[in-house]
Amino acid sequence: MDILSATLLNLSLLGYVVGAAAGLLFLRHEKSANLFTFGGASLAALFGVIACTVPLATGTAATNQSIELFQSLIPYVQFTVRLDPLGAFFGLIVSLLGLALSLYSLGYARGFYGRKSVGVLGAFFNLLLLATTLVFLADNAFFFLIAWEIMALTAYCLVSFEHEQEETRNAGVLFFVMSHIGTGCLILGFLLLFRASGSYGFDTFHVLGDKMPSGQRNAAFLLFLVGFGVKAGIVPLHIWLPAAHPVAPSNVSALMSGVLIKTGIYGMARVFFDFLGTPPNWWGVTVLTIGTISAVLGVLYALMEHDLKRLLAYHSIENIGIILMGFGAALMFLHTGHPLLASMALIAGLYHTINHAVFKALLFLGAGAVLHATHTRNMEEMGGLAKRMRWTAFFFLVGAVAISALPPLNGFVSEWLTYQSLLQGFGTTPSLIRLMFPLSAAMLALTGALAAACFVKAFGITFLAQPRSEHARHAHEASFTMLLGQALLTTACVFLGLFPTVFLKLLDPVTQQLTGLKLSAQLSLANGLVLAGVDSQGGTVSTLGLTLMAVCLLPVPFGLWLFCARKSKTRIGPTWACGQPGLTPQMEYTATGFSKPIRMIFKALFRPRRDVQRDYDFSPYFARTIRFESHVEEVFQTRIYRPLNRLVLRLSRRMRALQAGSLQAYLIYIFVTLLLLLLFAL
Amino acid sequence: MNLDLLALVLQTALLLLLAPLVSGCIKNWKAKLQNRRGPRIWQVYADVLKFLRKDMVISEHASWVFSFAPYVVFITSLLVGLMVPMLTSQAPLSLFGGALAVIGLLALGRFFLALAGLDPGSAFGGMGSSREMTLSAIAEPAMMLSIFTVAITAGSTDLSQIVQATQGPAWRLLNPTHALAFAALFIVLLAETGRIPVDNPATHLELTMIHEAMLLEYSGRYLAFMEWGASIKQLVLMTLLVNVFFSFGIASELTSAALGVSLLLYGLKLLALSAAVVLVETTNAKLRLFRVPDLLSAAFVLATLALLSTFLFQ
Repeated sequence: MDILSATLLNLSLLGYVVGAAAGLLFLRHEKSANLFTFGGASLAALFGVIACTVPLATGTAATNQSIELFQSLIPYVQFTVRLDPLGAFFGLIVSLLGLALSLYSLGYARGFYGRKSVGVLGAFFNLLLLATTLVFLADNAFFFLIAWEIMALTAYCLVSFEHEQEETRNAGVLFFVMSHIGTGCLILGFLLLFRASGSYGFDTFHVLGDKMPSGQRNAAFLLFLVGFGVKAGIVPLHIWLPAAHPVAPSNVSALMSGVLIKTGIYGMARVFFDFLGTPPNWWGVTVLTIGTISAVLGVLYALMEHDLKRLLAYHSIENIGIILMGFGAALMFLHTGHPLLASMALIAGLYHTINHAVFKALLFLGAGAVLHATHTRNMEEMGGLAKRMRWTAFFFLVGAVAISALPPLNGFVSEWLTYQSLLQGFGTTPSLIRLMFPLSAAMLALTGALAAACFVKAFGITFLAQPRSEHARHAHEASFTMLLGQALLTTACVFLGLFPTVFLKLLDPVTQQLTGLKLSAQLSLANGLVLAGVDSQGGTVSTLGLTLMAVCLLPVPFGLWLFCARKSKTRIGPTWACGQPGLTPQMEYTATGFSKPIRMIFKALFRPRRDVQRDYDFSPYFARTIRFESHVEEVFQTRIYRPLNRLVLRLSRRMRALQAGSLQAYLIYIFVTLLLLLLFAL
Repeated sequence: MNLDLLALVLQTALLLLLAPLVSGCIKNWKAKLQNRRGPRIWQVYADVLKFLRKDMVISEHASWVFSFAPYVVFITSLLVGLMVPMLTSQAPLSLFGGALAVIGLLALGRFFLALAGLDPGSAFGGMGSSREMTLSAIAEPAMMLSIFTVAITAGSTDLSQIVQATQGPAWRLLNPTHALAFAALFIVLLAETGRIPVDNPATHLELTMIHEAMLLEYSGRYLAFMEWGASIKQLVLMTLLVNVFFSFGIASELTSAALGVSLLLYGLKLLALSAAVVLVETTNAKLRLFRVPDLLSAAFVLATLALLSTFLFQ
């Protein structure tokens, strides 16, 4: 590893440790705790960005050797990290977000002064960044699992940070349980790999799958799919995600949605493409199907939300689905022996990974600023914030355009790559399976359009029209550092959208590591102005070109204005209110009303329940008071998790008989077990 | 290079000038079929000019999004138009994006249009936005799938490549793939341009309106940009349909003779498609809002069948 990145990487890791320590040291000095923890984290993250970008840009990442962080005393366990291309790419994501989020937190944490301990928040924040970075860099399965656990535990502490509310406590426990189901699967999976290689080092796992018996290989695939899938939030393992992300402080929500769930994506990329060798066809089919279902269901449930942060959390499920569509297609292409297409699909997935990290964090930061200003997450009580929080509104709008996959921003670029991979995949196999490609592309189109609908709702109801509550009326703009964090991510969105061919160069070492091909030269035309599919006949797009062209076309409307309308005047007047004396916020469309058509069209899925109570004197048409309640519950909650929950409780009640509290009985258990084990050993 | 620039300018001018004419023709013919005299076919030009000159009233509740949206709608419609081959089989901007960018840019325009509907805070605007976004979401898979089917047979998502491929010998309209994809796209066209079974373009202040509800608070030149943008979008989608499925006669080189023939045929094809739209509009009643998804899922099924037929017949 070159000296510069190694030093910076060490500095970065050290920075997080120091930041965490500072938080605990300054438990009683809120201001110093805020400054040192989040300031330290920003510096550490800045080092991390450079340390990860340099090896990717210069291409030295592939030759990086692993370094031992500290000596281990236990056999098989080595605390080694390696800045290989895949790890460096994800390290870049966590560091970039870490930088923006720490800056934001400097302002955001002030909201906790006098209420909660900023030192604790900052310490856990640093620890979470540290653990996530280590997850991406660990070069040993044991170390990976340790970092994975630290990450899960610190995340649990952060989710439960505002534990005074019952909702938060429940969400924390749910996260904890689901997370450990995942970890259990991972441990089993790594044990299978260990059996085949005899070591826990990641270097010995490389293309190990080809040497494993197919039963074990498939078992490992399923275990890793579930284990990482829980963390990534694939349907139907996602239920913790919409519960846990919203209740955490907003900077943590952004970190969780932006980076934490990407550890699942990282794990899948690492295991499926690096460890398990040439995949059988059904792996790709499974991943593509799961991806498609997650994308569509994620966005549909997001549309039903009027809690701003829950809405964003559901969109994380959607975007994980889109990423997995790329991965699934890549697995299928690897099976059919099309490494070129596989690389493009993989690039589509990875590109969407960083895109989602950037715009989702941006949106959560915007939501945090809104929450800070209005003290509510309920969109029905917002409105009119575009005039009161101009910059936040602008940044949120950029994020909304990006996540809705609209040109010219970054979401469009990665979805374009996904579409191209799916389209060109149609020719890779003669079997009926190939119909999956266009059909999932159609579902991706549905997802994109529904996401646009959802963000029209999210932005429109939150920021436009008249304020719907007193809090919203008195909202104020966020502080400078909070805006700075958002501005940083906005810039990243625009950069990733307009200059995809520049960014794709960073992905070269990653695809070289995983599929053996470099694609950036092939994907860029006309000096990098135009992005092309691997088959340049297949289609081209240039977000930068379109933007420039749009600017060139601006003289048309402005010319018309000057030519025809120079003398016209502009008046400010009230909105027409059907002749009523004045427009009140009650007349505005609500978030629930906005999504009503979709709720009706997909009512077979949503099974909406509504409760209307009317009080009236003489005729039901002239009600005195109306109480309306509408409720949509996830089908997975009612159909899978609740019955499962009941089953587990019933079983535990049965098991209780075993634990009667008598010491003699316990001794007998131990004795019998010992006997059985001895017999087994014979 | 100069020729390319010329083609770009020409196509922009053509889009700007032809779009109101097509809308005017449809309005006029529709009136004729209903035994009314109807507006002259030039009326839309006069309307746009009138709106451009008028003063504007902007809602006191609206934010900058309201003033920004007309430009986005107008410019995206124009940009999309430049990516679709009109008179020549090579569209001026085809390098900058194909079918996917077309769908994306249309969605961008719609996104801002819907936001502008919500911005003044009136109930009508919100209703229009909600319905517009819902219906377009349902229409999107059908549109994507039928374009994909065409792209698969042509081997590219680039619209110029598609048109060039369709001029080859392998392309026949009676091919079930193309016929089914055309039917699906025709339904999508009706939905996207707010035509009668889906939305009624002739109505204001009715609880069924979708597109017009979002424009309700607009006046003056913003209204002109919105209306003009909408008619350009309509022209572009119609062009897409006629040039992809009936690609005969499109000029493949830039000679005046070829361009003249191309212009003539293009005009005839557009008139024929407009006539089809008019016929559908006069012979059908507007569907109830919650019946529209049935229509659009029929389009999706047609597109799926088109896709399946590529499998069966090739």
